[in-house]
Amino acid sequence: MKFKQIAGAVAVAGALCVAGGMPGQAATLDDVKAAGTLKCGINTGLPGFAYTDDAGKWTGFDVAYCRALAAAVLGDANKVTFVNLTGKTRFPALAAGEIDVLSRNTTWTLSRDVDLGFTFIGVNYYDGQGFIGRKALGVKSAKELGGASVCIQTGTTTELNLADFFRINKIKYEPVPIETNAEARAAYDAERCDVYTTDASGLAATRTTFPKPGDHMVFPEIISKEPLGPLVRQGDDQWADIARWTLNALITAEELGVTQGNVAKMAEGTDNPEINRMLGKEGSMGKMLGLDANWAARAIAAEGNYAEMFERYIGADSPLGLGRGLNALYKDGGILYSPPFR
Amino acid sequence: MTEKAPSGAGGFDISRAWTDERVRGVIFQIALVLGVAGLAAFIVNNTIANYEEAGLSFGYGFLFDTANFDINQRLIEYASTSTYGRALGVGALNTILVAVMGVAAATLIGFVTGVLRLSNNFLVSRTVAVWVEFTRNVPVLLQIIFWWLIMLALPKVRDSLSLGETVFLNNRGVRLPSPIFEDGSAIVLTIVLLGVVATAVVRRWAKKRQDATGRTFPVGWAGLGLIVGVPVMAYFALGQPLDLDVPVQKRFNLQGGVSITPELVALWLALSTYTGAFISEIVRAGILAVSRGQTEAAGALGLRRNLTMREIVLPQALRVIVPPMTSQYLNLTKNSSLAVAIGYQDIVSTGDTILNQSGQAIEVISLYMVFYLTLSLLTSSYMNWYNKRIALVER
Repeated sequence: MKFKQIAGAVAVAGALCVAGGMPGQAATLDDVKAAGTLKCGINTGLPGFAYTDDAGKWTGFDVAYCRALAAAVLGDANKVTFVNLTGKTRFPALAAGEIDVLSRNTTWTLSRDVDLGFTFIGVNYYDGQGFIGRKALGVKSAKELGGASVCIQTGTTTELNLADFFRINKIKYEPVPIETNAEARAAYDAERCDVYTTDASGLAATRTTFPKPGDHMVFPEIISKEPLGPLVRQGDDQWADIARWTLNALITAEELGVTQGNVAKMAEGTDNPEINRMLGKEGSMGKMLGLDANWAARAIAAEGNYAEMFERYIGADSPLGLGRGLNALYKDGGILYSPPFR
Repeated sequence: MTEKAPSGAGGFDISRAWTDERVRGVIFQIALVLGVAGLAAFIVNNTIANYEEAGLSFGYGFLFDTANFDINQRLIEYASTSTYGRALGVGALNTILVAVMGVAAATLIGFVTGVLRLSNNFLVSRTVAVWVEFTRNVPVLLQIIFWWLIMLALPKVRDSLSLGETVFLNNRGVRLPSPIFEDGSAIVLTIVLLGVVATAVVRRWAKKRQDATGRTFPVGWAGLGLIVGVPVMAYFALGQPLDLDVPVQKRFNLQGGVSITPELVALWLALSTYTGAFISEIVRAGILAVSRGQTEAAGALGLRRNLTMREIVLPQALRVIVPPMTSQYLNLTKNSSLAVAIGYQDIVSTGDTILNQSGQAIEVISLYMVFYLTLSLLTSSYMNWYNKRIALVER
């Protein structure tokens, strides 16, 4: 009888699946609201970008974007469930809906945008691939690396750029594939490889974790363009718009001088109509996105505007000590440029 | 439901159908088949819909696209301009390499420790027992990482340990001189092969003679002479037609010769000791399964202890040992996919990269399945054949 009961249950379940289970276009915004939490994919650990603080709380430049988005959508910057993903697991996780947004220093490329079926919603860090090596090697340029062993994270664009770089320059090398940044660091530290290659920001971050950062140097060559940014699944335009304009709001806030400290006061109304539109005092931009009027104000209040986030986690005064460089606003000599809030 | 069907003698009453066990059985069977078919249809349908939604198309055409990434251990020609299919082939060969090496080493380790565990020497048997219990009960993934860290703790490349400046050991692996074949080396290789064949013939002859007359013949020494001695003489007679490409220290690495990566060594050690510990227990069980009377009878005939083991106990124990060994070999092969943790580029490691670049998840996973299934079935069918061969012949 037991068997028959189970058989019956399977039969009913199968029938139900056929009848009601046709996959449709999921409205991510509704799912996030219903769940009461934003599932955000982040790195397994990269100083400055995604790391745990002394209290064990996830924090960092990529994490801050998740918190801003959660504040905009759910009204609370802490309503985020962080999912740690490696270079290989991140795309299947996003494609399968395990996460709502991926904010994990991911390079925007045509094939990922088009072929893998994702939508990149902007760039939050303009980066490029570089090499780090021991000063004692006496190497001045990456072109002198003939015969060297190179540590590399698998499943990343850096793996492909590396192969291209050595092929173009007709240099032989031994690739040493590693799964995570932490393991790559351990292998490099043990001199399993002569140099480690990844995005220059990642190299700066990894270098801070070495016992003697001064013994290592980042080579001058930047061998690729790596525009890093958050991404969502393709096909849900409303959700992509929300994610995109939250990032734009953080950048525009820097441009217009809206900060974590003054956003509450500015939200009550200012002389600048663009600030008023963004913060919900004028117009109905929140409604257009399917959110309430104060969404942008909350996003900015969460971790501050783009400049505040940058300086706090990765900027000149942080342990990483990265300059703004390309990531300065267009009017300050960089290429950071948000479309207008109009 | 209240409607009554005409119920003649032995007729079928629809309202009573539920209480008839046979009818109920048929209904349940139909429902089960429909349910399973429905689930299968749903899974296929859902997958196709998801692929369409993600803008992907199902198919294996991507295998002909350019891979664009490098692999550090290649048994066949491969470059970053090769195809995904070829990259997967390189990975598959790497899996087969570590599986074959692992099976050979695990068998050796297992037999030696299995016999040692039954030793009368307390220290030896206890030491082996502790080692077996420890190795069997620690997850193999941890052991792989443990051996990898041991490899990383070896001397750095610039302080390599060397054996007469020809074989080098450092934390980038082992580097051996590779042979360069010159004119006449083919003759030497042919002589080696002939030596192997001749040894096999001698072995058959010696066994026949021993069965017939009881006189033994030193097959081991004869084999050594035929396989090693004669070719060495030929080698010198032909003017040493074999040269060695000896590794030399260059700016970053040793260059020349062949390199065995620390990842391969770590994976091989971990898999062969882990599986070896299980085989050790199987061997012990197999030996214990042979009745004590056999040993005593051999002793009464005056056979020495090692001969008793080799000629009386082990052949009988093999019948107990071989069937469970098959599943250990299959386990070892499947466990080799944990290589991904330390960056040994086996089929899963290269496949994951391909999956990540191309997005063709289901196709790549299906190729893994076909590959492991084929490997496992081949191993099983060989082991089954071998098991039949050594089985007790009843007359």
